[in-house]
Amino acid sequence: MAKEIIQIKDLKVYYPIRSGFWNRITDYVRAVDGVNFSINEGETYGLIGESGSGKSTTGKAIVGVEKVTGGQIMYKGLDVTKASNRKKLDYNKDVQMIFQDSMSSLNPRKRIEDIIAEPIRNFENLTTDQERDRVQDLLDIVGMPSDAIYKYPHEFSGGQRQRIGVARAVATNPKLIVADEPTSALDLSVQAQVLNFMKHIQQQYNIAYLFISHDLGVVKHMSENLAIMHRGRLVELGSREEIYKHPIHIYTKRLLSAIPQVDVEHREEHKKHREQVEKEFEENQGKWYDKDGRVYPLQQVAPKHWVALPEDMAQEAELEEREEKESD
Amino acid sequence: MEKQSDLLLDIQHLHTAYRLQGKFYDAADDINLTLKRDEILAIVGESGCGKSTIASSIIGLYDHKNTKVTGDILYNELNLVGLNESLFNKIRGDKIGMIFQDPLASLNPLMRVGDQVAETLYYHTDMDEKARHARVIELFNQVGMPRPEEMYEMYPHELSGGLRQRVVIAMAIACKPEVIIADEPTTALDVTIQAQILDLLEDIQRQSHSGIILITHDLGVVAETADEVAVMYAGQIVEKSDVKTIFENPLHPYTRSLLNSMPQSDDTDEDLHVIKGTVPSLKNMPRSGDRFAARIPWIPASAHEVEPRVHEVAPGHWVRCTCWKTFHFEDEDSTQKATAASGE
Repeated sequence: MAKEIIQIKDLKVYYPIRSGFWNRITDYVRAVDGVNFSINEGETYGLIGESGSGKSTTGKAIVGVEKVTGGQIMYKGLDVTKASNRKKLDYNKDVQMIFQDSMSSLNPRKRIEDIIAEPIRNFENLTTDQERDRVQDLLDIVGMPSDAIYKYPHEFSGGQRQRIGVARAVATNPKLIVADEPTSALDLSVQAQVLNFMKHIQQQYNIAYLFISHDLGVVKHMSENLAIMHRGRLVELGSREEIYKHPIHIYTKRLLSAIPQVDVEHREEHKKHREQVEKEFEENQGKWYDKDGRVYPLQQVAPKHWVALPEDMAQEAELEEREEKESD
Repeated sequence: MEKQSDLLLDIQHLHTAYRLQGKFYDAADDINLTLKRDEILAIVGESGCGKSTIASSIIGLYDHKNTKVTGDILYNELNLVGLNESLFNKIRGDKIGMIFQDPLASLNPLMRVGDQVAETLYYHTDMDEKARHARVIELFNQVGMPRPEEMYEMYPHELSGGLRQRVVIAMAIACKPEVIIADEPTTALDVTIQAQILDLLEDIQRQSHSGIILITHDLGVVAETADEVAVMYAGQIVEKSDVKTIFENPLHPYTRSLLNSMPQSDDTDEDLHVIKGTVPSLKNMPRSGDRFAARIPWIPASAHEVEPRVHEVAPGHWVRCTCWKTFHFEDEDSTQKATAASGE
């Protein structure tokens, strides 16, 4: 059985809303509101959601650049939301991040050598020669020419810059990389290249990814398990097969039906299906969300499938799921 | 007469060149396209292939000092190339509407969105203020904006991305244009909003019988909405056909490679297809021979034409160059060649 590398327990990130004469905190924006999931060693975990769903905030909270309001992030048995534990476990070295916009995440005034060496300098004590070898190795891994170390970020194309971002993230031999929309700014063929490199590196170094994306096609390609986020909470969680073949929550269905399909023959049917799901979503909001519009807690409906449902519906769903399986 | 007006745009031998350090380079090279009434023509390609260049050439929004446009863009027998600005202003926004990618950048942040749509009507119609207001409300209803009266008074920053794009669409269709050019209209939007906006475009087209040029890099969007598809690479159209043929029987190596690099297979252990090399920049674009040849080096030079032209391989299906006849993917190669390639 695969070992869990990180466990997120009831994670909450709230932003205060200040108003009134004294500018007191009157309410909170619940960006992440009680999220639970865990990532196994060496796997890719997909986190899907639309803009504003809190997926990036979750990622940032895991890396530690966002202040956590409540809940725990368990890594090697310790809660890393506490700075002292982070230090003890070398958490900041083990967990790295790849950002969406490669232009703004690479310092334009530094050469590639310094960009990639920065995390190495932070955590390791290497001589100049050793360090240069290391950077060369890393560039090699992501398929960049060796003369790249003397260049600056603007001299590269978007795909190459994203690969430099990958090389920098891998520099400290991390166990987990949070990849926040790593390819959404890239062209199709370049995206394929970056995804391939990410996969190769994963196999080589047994790295786990938290792959945050809004692109369900890419997540389907990359991850074994995934979670779908809406309004700061998880609406559905499970293995890829379960979620793509037997989606239960109406929001998941809506998201899946909205992906454009490369199937010209059946596009009318696809459109009808989408409209039908959209209608159901509009009409049955109350059924799937509680009276405050909040997503229900997750209920298990199958061995590898959890859905946010009120309890009575969960039992129904479980039965349906089982029947569906038997008829398959 | 009726038959004649079916053809909305007829683009012939369009060359659009940009000046870079004193020299002109063709960003769109010999483009031949037609847009008919009731048709959605999709132009697909990666960034830097000249899709948006075509759009800006049609609508005449380019830097006139540093851009050279030659060829013909015939709109109802009126040539838009080199048309004087005052005449163009009458057509732009009235007969030809444009939807840009970034709605926030194409709206004035200091003006109420309703007034911005009304401004278009002010320039192109002789409606009075009251009629304009009524028409804007009607348009907001048509593009599916909730509470249009309230929305009229909003500023762009108060609206969500999907609503902003609806405002831009309302602006584009305000004068019932015959031609709508949509340049990546859904790229900045979430999938569910994207689906709604695309449905909206289709509805508008069905109602007004206009022709839409849809510029996109998303093949899924093309498969869902387009009637005709033109695939572009390095400033040239490499394949043009109806949408079914493009997806079911793609011929040009670039089209096939592009379709292959989409992540959609169920088998996640398989690598995605990667097109070798990179898209050449405008300056370094090869000006002779097949421009895609450098990215498929395993195909012998003899398979390419010396001066690749578009051939009609089936009625309505145009493919550039003859290399598609012998094209195969590298890994489809004979075993001997495959091992040689993996040793690289």
